Amino acid sequence: MGLSLPVGDAGTEVSTMSPNWVTTRLDFLANWARSNSLWPMPFGTACCAIEFMATAASRFDLARFGMERMSYSPRQADVLICAGRLPFKLAPVIRRIWDQMPQPKWSISMGACASSGGIFDTYAMVQGIDTIIPVDVYVPGCPPRPEGLIYGINLLQKKIKGESLLDADLRQEHLVGPDGLFQPARHIDEVSEPFGNSVHQTRSS
Amino acid sequence: MSGADDGPVSPSVAGLRARFAGAVRRAVVSCGDTVVYLEPTRAHEVLAWLRDDPSQQFDYLMDITAVEYRDEERPLEVVWQLRSLSRRQDLRLKTELAKDAPLEVDSVYDLWKGADWLEREVFDMFGITFRGHPDLRRILMWETYGEGFPLRKSFPLRGHFNRAEQTRQALAANPEAHYSLEELSIAAAYAELPPEMAQRLARGQRGEVA
Repeated sequence: MGLSLPVGDAGTEVSTMSPNWVTTRLDFLANWARSNSLWPMPFGTACCAIEFMATAASRFDLARFGMERMSYSPRQADVLICAGRLPFKLAPVIRRIWDQMPQPKWSISMGACASSGGIFDTYAMVQGIDTIIPVDVYVPGCPPRPEGLIYGINLLQKKIKGESLLDADLRQEHLVGPDGLFQPARHIDEVSEPFGNSVHQTRSS
Repeated sequence: MSGADDGPVSPSVAGLRARFAGAVRRAVVSCGDTVVYLEPTRAHEVLAWLRDDPSQQFDYLMDITAVEYRDEERPLEVVWQLRSLSRRQDLRLKTELAKDAPLEVDSVYDLWKGADWLEREVFDMFGITFRGHPDLRRILMWETYGEGFPLRKSFPLRGHFNRAEQTRQALAANPEAHYSLEELSIAAAYAELPPEMAQRLARGQRGEVA
């Protein structure tokens, strides 16, 4: 994963390369550094966290992708990985952790429950953490295998490599609004609509 | 009431009937376990005797829970599961609470300290009040939870509010409000805390979101 030179403009031919300096784009350099040194904030709440631990352990070795260090302080974390279902009781907690993380920051929603509520279409469960915090990558699975999470992380790295330092919108904080919600109420109700088996949920409801 | 292969009735039942004739409604054997139905107003008295009498010695309260049946006519049941560690005997006691009366029963916190959180859980999920409990507040749901009691049959599985309202209320909750100062183990140092933190914790002490 070395520093490769970007292809130069046509017509500018360098006859002899000095070993002492290189030219590159700042975007390329910054994104290369950021995408290969992501420090995850592990937010493990359920069985997905077991797969997440397996991903970080020696067999799958997350350190290969620059995630050597789990950041248990949100102040030093780059990517929040929500591994597991999120009950409403934890919603203000993950929101606070997300707000405490400094920019640049990204988040991964790992597994069916974090992404959509999964089988838990109940009074206690957030129907997708994207109603609480912004999400960059959704990893499907119940739980996802470590390869799945690694693929999600690779996708995030790919996304980061496409970012531009000049795009201020990317680093915009999306705070909870004056209505106490992060997303419009209509949007939350829409994404929380029952689907699959929970459509036929008739017990007392 | 007991089937042929349900096993013998616990010997405690004879003692209970002899001593609390009016308090024992009936006793059944279910899957080998004896279940004794008690008069709600006298449950505490009977449980105290079961704990203290030398012939019973039910010194361990394994669980307190409650049951609501789908049949709306049937009353709610509060269940105490007792075990005697010295005698290696189990006994299950139930009391029935009619739904048209206040759901109240005496707390057994004074008999077994372990009843503290068990009774809070039953209160949180079923709305049954335990008279004499020192700190009866929600334990699983957050304290400002306003939708009612989730394990009641009248409670819709997805809750009463729509998802947006549930999300709004959840985000407005104060995460620090789930713990009393004692649970945070800093009650003794309260006077020395910075004013801002003291104020925040005092606000969260009984779960009021400012």
